[in-house]
Amino acid sequence: MSLNEFLAALDALAAEAPDRIAAAADLEAWTEVRNALVGRQAGRLTEILAGLGALPKEDRREAGQRANAVKVGIEEALDTRRAALAAAAATSGPALDLSMPARARWIGAVHPVSLVIDDVIEIFRELGFSIAIGPEAEHAWYNFGALNFPADHPAMDMHDTLYLGDEQVLRTHTSPVQVRTMQRYRPPIRVLAPGNVYRRDFFDPSHAPMFSQIEGLVVDEGVSFADLKATLSHFARRFFGASTRTRFRPSYFPFTEPSAEMDVQCGVCGGGGCAVCKQSGWVEILGSGMVHPAVLEHAGIDSERYTGWAFGMGPARTAISRHGIPDIRILYDSDVRFLEQFAR
Amino acid sequence: MNISHEWLQRFAPHGRSAEQVRDLLTAHVATVEGFERLRADLAPFVVGRVVETQRIPETKLSFNKVDDGSGTLLDVVCGAPNVTVGATYPFARSGTRVPPSAKNPEGLLIEKRKIRGFTSNGMLCSAQELNLGADADGILELQTDAPPGTALLDVLPVGDVRLVVDVTPNRPELLSHLGVAREVAALTGVALQRPAELQALPAFGGTTSWATQELLVGGFTVRVTDAADAPRYGVAVIDGVRVGESPAWLKACVEAVGGRSINNVVDATNYMLHGFGQPMHAFDAATLGASTVLVRRARAGETLVTLDGVTRTLDPSMLVNADAHQAIGLAGVMGGKATEVSASTTRVLLEVAEFAPAVVRTTRRRAALSTDASYRFERGIDGGATAEMLALGAALIAAVGGGTVIAQGVVGTAAAARPAVRLRPSRVARLLGDAVPGAEITALLRGIGFAVADAGADALDVVPPTWRHDIAREVDLIEEVARLRGFDRLPDALQGARPGTVPDHPLFTAYRRVRDALVAEGLHELRPLPFTAGAGEDPATLVRVTNPLAEDEPFLRARVLDTLARRAEYNLNRMQGNVRVFEVGAVFRAQGRGLPREAQHVGALIMGARRPVHFSEPQPPAFDAWDAKSLAEVMARAAHPAAAITLVPGDGAVLWQIEADAVRIGRVERITLDAPVWAKPAFGVELLLGDVHNVPVAAPSTNVHDVAPVPATHREPVRYRALPTTPAAEFDLALLVPDAVAAGAVERVLREVSGAQLERLELFDEFRGAGVPEGTRSLAWRLTFRHPERTLRDKEIEGRRVQLLKSVEAQLGVRARTN
Repeated sequence: MSLNEFLAALDALAAEAPDRIAAAADLEAWTEVRNALVGRQAGRLTEILAGLGALPKEDRREAGQRANAVKVGIEEALDTRRAALAAAAATSGPALDLSMPARARWIGAVHPVSLVIDDVIEIFRELGFSIAIGPEAEHAWYNFGALNFPADHPAMDMHDTLYLGDEQVLRTHTSPVQVRTMQRYRPPIRVLAPGNVYRRDFFDPSHAPMFSQIEGLVVDEGVSFADLKATLSHFARRFFGASTRTRFRPSYFPFTEPSAEMDVQCGVCGGGGCAVCKQSGWVEILGSGMVHPAVLEHAGIDSERYTGWAFGMGPARTAISRHGIPDIRILYDSDVRFLEQFAR
Repeated sequence: MNISHEWLQRFAPHGRSAEQVRDLLTAHVATVEGFERLRADLAPFVVGRVVETQRIPETKLSFNKVDDGSGTLLDVVCGAPNVTVGATYPFARSGTRVPPSAKNPEGLLIEKRKIRGFTSNGMLCSAQELNLGADADGILELQTDAPPGTALLDVLPVGDVRLVVDVTPNRPELLSHLGVAREVAALTGVALQRPAELQALPAFGGTTSWATQELLVGGFTVRVTDAADAPRYGVAVIDGVRVGESPAWLKACVEAVGGRSINNVVDATNYMLHGFGQPMHAFDAATLGASTVLVRRARAGETLVTLDGVTRTLDPSMLVNADAHQAIGLAGVMGGKATEVSASTTRVLLEVAEFAPAVVRTTRRRAALSTDASYRFERGIDGGATAEMLALGAALIAAVGGGTVIAQGVVGTAAAARPAVRLRPSRVARLLGDAVPGAEITALLRGIGFAVADAGADALDVVPPTWRHDIAREVDLIEEVARLRGFDRLPDALQGARPGTVPDHPLFTAYRRVRDALVAEGLHELRPLPFTAGAGEDPATLVRVTNPLAEDEPFLRARVLDTLARRAEYNLNRMQGNVRVFEVGAVFRAQGRGLPREAQHVGALIMGARRPVHFSEPQPPAFDAWDAKSLAEVMARAAHPAAAITLVPGDGAVLWQIEADAVRIGRVERITLDAPVWAKPAFGVELLLGDVHNVPVAAPSTNVHDVAPVPATHREPVRYRALPTTPAAEFDLALLVPDAVAAGAVERVLREVSGAQLERLELFDEFRGAGVPEGTRSLAWRLTFRHPERTLRDKEIEGRRVQLLKSVEAQLGVRARTN
C-alpha cells in the first residue's frame, strides 16, 4: 500500500462517518456504528491502521498524524451524537409532570433565641471578639461579691436568686464570666459570653425563671467610655439597620461605673411613640458601663493601668420583638409547629 | 418615684415643659418610665364667655349666648345664679362628658336639648361638676385673659403631669421632689428654693436640744438603746392640734403623687416624705405609756398591731419604737394602730429619725412589709438634715393643724462630714475618652451640692453632701461628671483596638458543630427550662434548688433527655406526633456539699415519620433504632471530631453506649413517654460535649495569667492516600447466622481474615423465613478487595472466599447459605 492509497482510505472514512453517525437512531444503533467505524476488533479505522506497518518508513509519521486527526474527529462526532440520544431517551416514554413536588425531607431549625445570639456574635466577631463560657451553677462570690454587689443591700433586690446552698447560686447573670475570664487571661481581653441565667421570677408573658443573656467585655490600657459608646452604637447600626439612632441613659449596675443603658429608636413607630415603646419612642436594648475598678481588682487586674467596658443584653426580648411573638413562654414550650416556622 | 410636675416647679422654677423635664431626667439623672397627664378628663373643656344673658321667667334659669371660640354664638341654658355678661367660665360643648360623680358614675354626657322651650347647646360648669372642689353654688368664674375656645387645662393649674422616675438603688435622694429638683435646677441653671407653702410657717421659738442617748422633750423621755440602729432620732411635740381635713394645696400634693388624703397631720408627714425624702411618723402623744418613747430591739415573742390592722409577732432582729410598756411601731417601717393619730388627737408627738439601713431592711423583711418609709431608710436618707426636717415637719403640722410646737430635740450626734475624694481631671479624660476642663468639673459637681477644692496640679478634693451615700471612689465622681455633661456629648467614632488573648471556648465551637449537624439532619433546636421532677433518678445524686419556683419540679436535670421527653409529651398532647428535637445545655449532678458537677450535653429525640409524605412514598416509615444509631454517630463525630467513635450494644432501654476513644460519653435509648396509642416509638441520644469547670480560677484579687497555659487547638490533619490505580474485585457472601451470633462478630472475623486488601465490607441484606432454618437468619455482605499494585486474579478471589467461609464456620459456626 502506498501513502496515497492509505490517505484515500482515511478520507473516504472521514467523508462517510458523519452521515452514518447521524443515522444512528438510538443508543443500540449508535453502538453498532461506533464499532463499525472505530471498534478495536473490526472497525474501519482499525483496519486502515493495520496497513500502517506496510508503508515506507518515511511516510509513517504523516500517515499516523492524519489517521489520528480522523479518529479524533469521528470520536467527537460520536460523543455528541450519544449525548443527544441519551437526552432523547431520558425524556421519552410518558413525560414527567414537572409541577409535582420534589422528594421531601425534613428541614431543621435553629431556635429563634439562638438566631439572635448568632447575629450578635457575628457582628462582634468582626470586631475581634472571641467566645467565653462559664458555669451556670456558680459561687456566690463570682455572681455577687466579685462584681461589687454590696452585701445585704437593695441592689441585691434586682436579682431574685435561686440558691443551691448558702454560698452557691444559679448565676443571675452572665457577668461572673467576666471575672473568671479576667483571672485567667491577661489583657487585652475582648470576649462575648452567651449563656443561660436564672432568676426567681415566675413564668408570665414577659418573664421566665431561666433565660439567655449575652455579655461582652473589653479590658485593655486606654479603653474609654467613648469606645463603649462607639462600639455599641456600631453594633446597633449593624443589627437594626444603618440609620438606627441610639441613646445612652444613666443607670446603675454595681459592677460598672459609669453605667448606662442603651436604647435604640423604636422600629415600630420610628420614634413617634407607640404601644411597643410605651410612647417613649425608644426601646431599651442593653445595659453597659465601664468595668468598676473594684471588679478589676477582685479579678487581680491593676485598675490604674487597665480600664474596660462591658455590656449585657437579653436575646429573648429581641427575638420576641423581631418575630412578633406575643408571649415569652412560647419560646420554652417547644411546640414543633412553632419551631418549624424557623426552618431554613 | 412619682414626681408632680407642678410640685417640682415650686422647688426649682425651671420654666420647662413636663416633656422637657422628662427628657432631661432621662438623659442625665434617672429614666422617666411613666408620663401621666392628671385630669385628662378635663381636656375637652374650653373657656366660654357669656355674651348675653336673660332670665327665664318663673324659673331660676337663665338663657345665654356663649362664645366658645367657634365663631357661632351658642344658646345655653344655665341654672346658676352668678352668670355675668363678659365673664368666662368652663364650658362643655355638646358631646363632652362631665367627670363622673357619686350621682352619675358614668359622667353626664352633654347633648343639645330643650329646657322649658329654650334650646341648650352646651353647659357652663361649676367647680363641683368638674371635681375641682366642693363649690356648687354657682359656675366657676375663670381668672384669665385667654380667648374663648382655649383649652381649660391651659388656664387652670390642675392639669398636672405625673412623672414616674425609675430611681436606681444607689440614688435614694431622688426619692423626693427636693432630690429631683436639685438635679433639674443644676441642669437648667436655676436656683433651688423652698416651696412657697413652706415659707411662712409658724416659727418655733425655742431651740432644738441634742443628747447622745436620752433626752426630755416636752415632758417625754426619749431614749435610743443603740445609736448604731438609729444614729439620729428626733422628736417634736405639737400641742393644740385639731385633726381635720387638709387644705387644698396639701391635698393636691398628696394626690399628685398618687396618695390619698387622710387628715391634715398625716398628710403633712406624707408631704415631708415625698417632698424632702424624710419619712416621719406622728403619734397621738396621749396614748404613749409613761410619756416615754424608746428605740430598741423587739423582744422575742412581743406582738404589735400595725397601722394596717395586722398583728405581728416580733423578734430581736427587728427594731421597734416602744413606750415604757410595749412596742408602738416597727421602726422605719410602720407605726402601731394603738398610737395612731385620730380625730380626737390634740397633742402630736412627731418622730423624725434616721434609722440604719441594715436594721430597717431586716425588720421589713421579717415583717414582710415594705413601705414608702422603709424603702427610703433601706437605701439611706440624708443624715445631715434630721434637725432641719424635724423643725420643718413640726412647723408644717402646726400650720395645717392649728397647733403650737412646744419642744423639739434629737437624740444622737450630728452627721460627720464625709471624707474628701481625690479626683484627677486626667483620669476623667482617660476613662471617658474626652477631656473635661477642671473648671467645668468643679462647676458640675458644685451644682449638685458637692464641695470642691483645688488640690494642686491635676487634683481636686471633692466632699460629697450628706445625702449622697454612693460616692466613695474617684470613679463615682467621674460618673457624676459624665452624666451631668451628658453621655450624648461623648465622641463615638470607632477606634483601633488590640486583639484579645482569649481563645474561643471549646464548648462553644463544639455546640456550633453539633447544632449544624443536627439542623442538617432535620431536627429543631429547643431552649426549654431545665427544672425537673427527677422521676427515675436517685434524688441524692440530683441537685436541688433551695428555694425552687415549683415544689413539683425542685431539681436541676441530670440529663437533657429528661427535658426533651417532657417536651415530646407536650407535643403529643397537641396531636403532634412527628417530633425531631435537640438541645445543647447544662446538666448537673450533686457532689458533696460543693457546687454540683456541671457538664454540657447534647440530647436529641426523634419520633414519628422518617421523611415527610411524598407521592413516591405515601406512607413513610417511622423512625427506628437504626435511625437513632445513625443520629448518634453523626452527633458523636460532630462533638468529638478527633476521637474514634464506637457504639457498643447495650441492653434493655439502652440500645447502645457511645464511646469516644474507648471512653463512655453517652447512650442511645428507647424513650418511654406518656403517649397516646397512635404515637410512634421515640428514640433518644444523649452525649457529653464537655465538663464545665466551676472551681474558682484563682483566689479573690489574684490571677493566674502566668501559670495557666492557653490550651492548644492543634488537630492532626487528614493525610492524603494515593488514589487507586488498579481495579477492585467484588463478591457477595450470604451466610446463615445463628441468632446467638452477632453480625458484628461475623464482621470482625471477615475483616481479620481478609487483611489489608479488604477495601469495603457492606452488610446489604437480612432475611428470615423460607429456606432459612429456624433460629438462624440469612445475612449477606458485599466485600470489595483491591491490591494496590496489580489486578487480583480470579483464582485469588476464589481462594479468599473459601478461606473466609472456613474461618466463620470454624470460629462462629456460621455457614454459607446455599439456596
